[in-house]
Amino acid sequence: MAYPTNYRYTKEHEWVDAKDGMAKIGITDYAQSELGDVVFVELPAAGKKLETGKSFGTVESVKAVSEIYAPASGEVVEANGELQNKPETINSDPHGAAWLVKIKLANPAELDKLMDSAAYEAYIAAKGKEASA
Amino acid sequence: MESVTTPTTNSGATAERSAELRKTSLNALHRKLGARMVNFGGWDMPVEYPATGGLLAEHKAVRNSVGVFDVSHMGDIRIRTGRTPGGALAAVQHLSMNDASKLAVGQAQYSALLYPAGTFVDDVIVHRLGEDDFLFVINAGTREKDISWVRENTKEFDCVVEDLSDAYTQLAIQGPRAVDVLRKLTDANLDAIKNYWFTHGTVCGLPERLIARTGYTGEDGFEIYAPSDVVTSEKVWNAVMDAGKEFGIAPCGLGARNTLRLEAKMALYGHEISEKINVWEAGLERYCKMEKRDFIGRAALAKAAAARPERTLVGLEMLERGIARDEYKVFDAAGEEVGVVTSGSPSPTLGKNIALAYAPPALAALNTVLFVEVRTQRVKAQVVATPFYKRVKKSAPQAAGSN
Repeated sequence: MAYPTNYRYTKEHEWVDAKDGMAKIGITDYAQSELGDVVFVELPAAGKKLETGKSFGTVESVKAVSEIYAPASGEVVEANGELQNKPETINSDPHGAAWLVKIKLANPAELDKLMDSAAYEAYIAAKGKEASA
Repeated sequence: MESVTTPTTNSGATAERSAELRKTSLNALHRKLGARMVNFGGWDMPVEYPATGGLLAEHKAVRNSVGVFDVSHMGDIRIRTGRTPGGALAAVQHLSMNDASKLAVGQAQYSALLYPAGTFVDDVIVHRLGEDDFLFVINAGTREKDISWVRENTKEFDCVVEDLSDAYTQLAIQGPRAVDVLRKLTDANLDAIKNYWFTHGTVCGLPERLIARTGYTGEDGFEIYAPSDVVTSEKVWNAVMDAGKEFGIAPCGLGARNTLRLEAKMALYGHEISEKINVWEAGLERYCKMEKRDFIGRAALAKAAAARPERTLVGLEMLERGIARDEYKVFDAAGEEVGVVTSGSPSPTLGKNIALAYAPPALAALNTVLFVEVRTQRVKAQVVATPFYKRVKKSAPQAAGSN
């Protein structure tokens, strides 16, 4: 699956799609494929303040629990309620329909520290090599 | 995102350590199939095969049709008589809590090796290969411990203990169509093998292979034991996959093995049973024969039977949103911590979140409301009947691909 070039990525495998001080956050295709079948999502309500690097929710597969870390600080404007009934969307469309939260960024410049798609793809390719070594 | 794999699949699997992990003869084949591998008790094992659908698809294949598991990491200990007739039987009776004298040749039984305290060294399947010839199939993570335990505690008996753990590639073919798959590969009369019986027959052209109607999924199925060299192992695996193609056979990993056995309430060592839990607490009295004069652990169990047990294994179903996981704490309605989850997971068959947990007997009655601490929240659950899933024994096989 392609990694959108206009997104930014974290080492913990979240993506951020930012525009005009607002941002959608999700987990990457690599993350969902490592997790396997997603069966449960827990997200914060609108109004919740996120702090960079702090856990703000969980995504669970049958066998594992994953914390989701905020790639940037900001306030939750909307959580993706659809995921509660259809958590498997995270497996089928991780970079699109399965966005987790929309936030109002506290400091859009924070995103400059994150990886672009080329850097992220190199990062996960290196991880893949490590795993098969 | 950071994954915390539940202890069932032994967290702490790291690429750096994979070089030290033990591998079954099918390791390269699993990797070729694109399996996601994990460290399971020191073994590099497939947890699921994403390329063929992954855990949920594997679970469903076993419940509805057939799946195959590489369980070669399991250990095997053979106990044969030395010179005195009855030496091996006496040794097995001393080691094992079930009554091996009740086994016919060709029959197997679930049992456990116990410490003097009546707690678990391991659970085992005891096969009676001959009058005075037994095979214990033991867990992977406890192999070394079990073998030393068996050697140490059979010194006074006239028997020969052999560690055959590396001699076999063990495949578990499980599900309602397992019999149809294996029928294509063997000359043995499978219909004559009842549940927990076994025979020897030709499998994939290999003579005299052990074929047992056993498993760890709550379904009908077989476990076959092939020579462990890579060429033969891959040949047998591929033959099983080819024979199963028409039934939609799925290669299955430890993930599905765990959800399947949990639904069927089969104990997992290190979870429901351990060196700290005794037979009564684990609810395994059916397999413990106190009428046997002597076996290791018997005296302590007799004493424990007279006292009130402090905890008992209960089945839980989550009533609110939240998945109970291994080691999560259990609370009563008053907010008192009363127990712990030993295994918890979504149940793919039931579409509910289920768990096994230890709780005080006073809170073990059906429909008792308990709370499981899921991260920061206490999520409501209730005690339900177990096993969570029980197979309906079918008189005639279902049509292929009926789902």
